[in-house]
Order: sequence, then structure tokens, then C-alpha cells
Amino acid sequence: MTVGARVLEHNLMVYRRVWHGSVLGSLLSPVLFLAAMGIGLGGYVNRGGAGALGGVSYLAFLAPGLLAAQAMQTAAFETTYPIMGKIVWDKLYDAMLATPLTVRDLLAGELEWLVVRLTIVCSAFLGVAIVFGAVRLPLGLLALPVAVLTGLGFAAPIMAFSATQRQDSAFNVIFRFGITPLFLLSGTFFPLDRLPAVIQPLAYLTPLYHGVALARALTLGSIDPAGAAGHVAALVAFVAGGWVLAAISFRRRLVV
Amino acid sequence: MSHLDAHAAVVPSAGAPARPPLIEARALTKRFGSFTAVDAIDFDVAPGEAFGFLGPNGAGKTSAMRMIGCVSPVTSGSLRVLGLDPRRDGPRIRARLGVVPQADSLDMELTVRENLLIYGRYFDLSRREALRRADELLDFVQLGDRAGDRVEPLSGGMKRRLTIARSLINEPDLLLLDEPTTGLDPQARHLLWDRLYRLKQRGVTLVLTTHYMDEAEQLCDRLVVMDKARIVAEGSPRDLIERHSSREVAELRFAPGVQESLDGRLDGLGDRVEWLPDRVLLYAEDGEAAAEGVRARGVRPESVLVRRSSLEDVFLRLTGRSLVD
Repeated sequence: MTVGARVLEHNLMVYRRVWHGSVLGSLLSPVLFLAAMGIGLGGYVNRGGAGALGGVSYLAFLAPGLLAAQAMQTAAFETTYPIMGKIVWDKLYDAMLATPLTVRDLLAGELEWLVVRLTIVCSAFLGVAIVFGAVRLPLGLLALPVAVLTGLGFAAPIMAFSATQRQDSAFNVIFRFGITPLFLLSGTFFPLDRLPAVIQPLAYLTPLYHGVALARALTLGSIDPAGAAGHVAALVAFVAGGWVLAAISFRRRLVV
Repeated sequence: MSHLDAHAAVVPSAGAPARPPLIEARALTKRFGSFTAVDAIDFDVAPGEAFGFLGPNGAGKTSAMRMIGCVSPVTSGSLRVLGLDPRRDGPRIRARLGVVPQADSLDMELTVRENLLIYGRYFDLSRREALRRADELLDFVQLGDRAGDRVEPLSGGMKRRLTIARSLINEPDLLLLDEPTTGLDPQARHLLWDRLYRLKQRGVTLVLTTHYMDEAEQLCDRLVVMDKARIVAEGSPRDLIERHSSREVAELRFAPGVQESLDGRLDGLGDRVEWLPDRVLLYAEDGEAAAEGVRARGVRPESVLVRRSSLEDVFLRLTGRSLVD
């Protein structure tokens, strides 16, 4: 076990105290969304003929989009307030770095924790979606690692940003002008080609678009290997780039 | 045998040949941009010693401590800690240090015992061993009955004691304490001093910063006085007082307005006269005699207090300012 895994252990120790409420929320949110929008709203959408969505039900179209968006939201939340809190409020990172732990171990450990956290949340979501009959099996199960990777694509760069902050006011801006518009406009609720042509390319520059497109291809069972490889490459690039930035900003902030 | 006793074996006996220093700093410098926090300081800390950095806020004490703790890179000069180079061997050095930072930095979401457990895990202790040491240390800092409680509601003194227990989880060779008792009430300070004194008796090397002269006098075998990033004096508390101050001090306080009108009437009394905003200090071998001399000149202070010289007087002499502003 690496030293970084101690950071994971630390997070799990804290999570153990709150998991009941957290898991309940992770299950409730997909049930509500898929019931209200997938079945309720979807009923109207489907009436317009299945052709609009390439022959699939609105529920089946929506579920993978929401899955990826859920990963994004979880990652964004976990890497804003909690990360800055450990730097500014509780100064936990200072205490941790006074041990043999290095900044690299610390960052690796936080990302390991995010993998665990995202896996829990996305498994719950995917499980509910399967119960709703919105996922083609077994291929659709691969949407789980895709969603986790999508979450990491947000987590790493947002961590880099959070480590530069001295107060939490900027996080509101991230959620209001970053996360929420992406949630609504990255192909989650309707196909991207409904957006004005000028905005469409912007969506390609976010992890969510790639995560939604790939997860949807998997849960609908209509995978195109070349396209899938492109999406995976884009997501990996977001994670890797964000990780490098986070290493720089963590070091700048914590090793002074 | 518990680890707290184990240290007894390494207590240096009086007159033993000098062993290599645990910390060796030469021209040690820390700069933040154009600001120099620590300006080319030299010092050694010997094994088993209790060594102090005394100085006002902003003197550079914390920056020096963070460099020793291998969490802040040295800008220039040389630093050896436990015979190793912090630049290359940070994790190896930190494995043998205990650190009590200025802010407690405890995990508020965890219990008292869990805080020690996870910290032990960062030092690669097995869970079993970390828990064994945690319970022993909680007894040592008198928090055994709070082991299962959350940290949040603990008093400031309790949190400080928990932070000290945490710093001991890896049985450190060297304990670094940055203002260990700032903000604590007198009872809490005395309990902490007692615990630190016991650690010292057991041979743990202590390095601490403080801006309380009584703390430095109580705990330190040797100290350096820092002011504006530099070391301005070094020695045992008694040395420093002998070298830089008289044996006694008469503190004279006057009714409002009187002090300003004295204008030279105390000149030549004692070894030296120090004018502070709220009182006049008369440094003399015999404080009572100096106070008599004041009355003989027809000057009537509202109160006269004769006391022994302290490190505060040394600091005042060296820097012209008092320690706690």
C-alpha cells in the first residue's frame, strides 16, 4: 500500500460517519430524475415519434446523460469546498504534510478517494437506471468507468483551482456559470445538434460532452470504436492535464 | 516498556562528550519574494536539549520552524536535521519529527482517538500499534475519558493537548512546538508545561517558539532571541539576563501626566533607565536602593515594584520594544 493510500483511508474514515445519508441521496436523486423526466416528460417526447432520438425512448436517451452529469456534480462538489477547507479552514493538509507524506502522495490519495466516491455514486445511479430498464446489458455496465473518468476529468482541474483560493466565494461562480450550464447544455437532456452551431464546438471542450456521448453509446449498445477511442482520449487528457495543474498549484500553495 | 519510558535510555548524562547536533543551521535564510523572513541565522540544537526561539510576532520564528520541519524549502544557507539534508531527505526526516503547529489542524469530523489513529497511519504504523499508542498518549495528556468524543466541542487547552499527543504518535526524536500555549488560559498552560517538562526529562529534544518570556524561562535550556528575521542574542535564560540586564528592576508607575514631566530627574539612578509608555524601568543591582534614590530626589511614583530581571528586560534592552505588543 502506498503512502497516498493513507489519504484514501483518512477520507474513508470520515465517510464512514456520513455514508448512510450520502448513499440514500445517491439513490434518491436518480429515482426522482428518471421517474419525473425519463418517464413523465419522456412520455410526451416519445409521442412525437421515436425518430427524433434515433429510435430510442427518451428515458434510455436521458439516463446515461444524467449519469455522466451526476459524476460531474459529485466531482465538482468534492473538489471545491472540501479541498479548500483542508487548506484554509482546518489546515489538515499542513498536518498531513508534516508526516512522511509528500504533495504528490497527497494528490494521488485525494484522486484515489474520488475514484471510490464516484464509483459509489455512479454505481447507485447506474443500478437505478438498470432497474428502470434504461440500460442495454452487459455493454451498458461499461458506462460506470466512463462516468468515473468523466468525474475525474472535472475533479483534477477543479482541485487545481481550489488550491489557489483563500475563500469560497468563487465556488458559487463555478457552479452557477460552469456546472449548471454544462449540466443543461452538454447533450444531457437533448442532442447537441439542437444547440446553435456556434456554441456546439464549445461543448467539445468540456469533459461532460465526451462522457455523455460515450456513456450513451454504451448504454444504448451502439458503440463506434473510433469515436469511443476519441472520447476516452479526450477524457484522459482532461484528467492528466488537470493532474499536472493540480500538482503545480498544490505545491505552490502548500510548500512555501 | 512504553515508548515514553524508552526515551529515558538516551538521556545524556551530565558531562558526557558532545554528540553531533540534531539540528545544524548556517546562514539559514528564508525569503518570500522580496521579503526576508529569516536572515542568515546560525544555530545548533544538541540531543536532549530544550531549545527556544523567542521573539515578537513576525520575527521569523515560524518560518525557521517550518524549514526545520522540512515543509518549507530553504532559500539559502545550509540546514541539517538529524544529520540529513531536508532538500533530499524530507520524508525520512519528517518520519522522525513530531510537530505541534501554531494552528491545531485537527480533523473535526473524527473522534479524538481517530485523529491519533489516522495520524499514526501516515507514519506507517499498523492500526493495532497506532491504537495502542493512541490510548497511551491520551492518558499522558489526560484525555483518556474523551477518546470516543468528537474533537469539535473540546476546549482550546484540550485540543492543544490532543495536538501534542498527535505529535508523539511516531515516537519522535525531535519535537517542534510552534507557540504551544498561545491563547490558552493559565491552568491549561501550566498543564502543558508540565507535560512538556516530562517529555524533556525523558530525553525528547524540544524546539519551541514563543513570545512568552515566562514560557522560555520555564522550558528552555538555551534560546535565541529573534528580531526582524535575525538572531540578536543567544544563551541560557540566566546567561542572557546576566549579560544583557541588571540583577533587579524597579518598575515605577506614575499618575497620568506625571511621567512626561519628570524630564531628566531620574538620570543616573541605577545602571540604566528605560522609559515605556506606561511606566519607567530602573535597572539596578539593588532595586530597593534605586527606588530609594527616586524618593530621595523628591519624585513620588504611584507604585513601585522591585523584581528580578527577566527575559522581557533582555528583549527590551536588545530591541527597544517589548515582546508582546
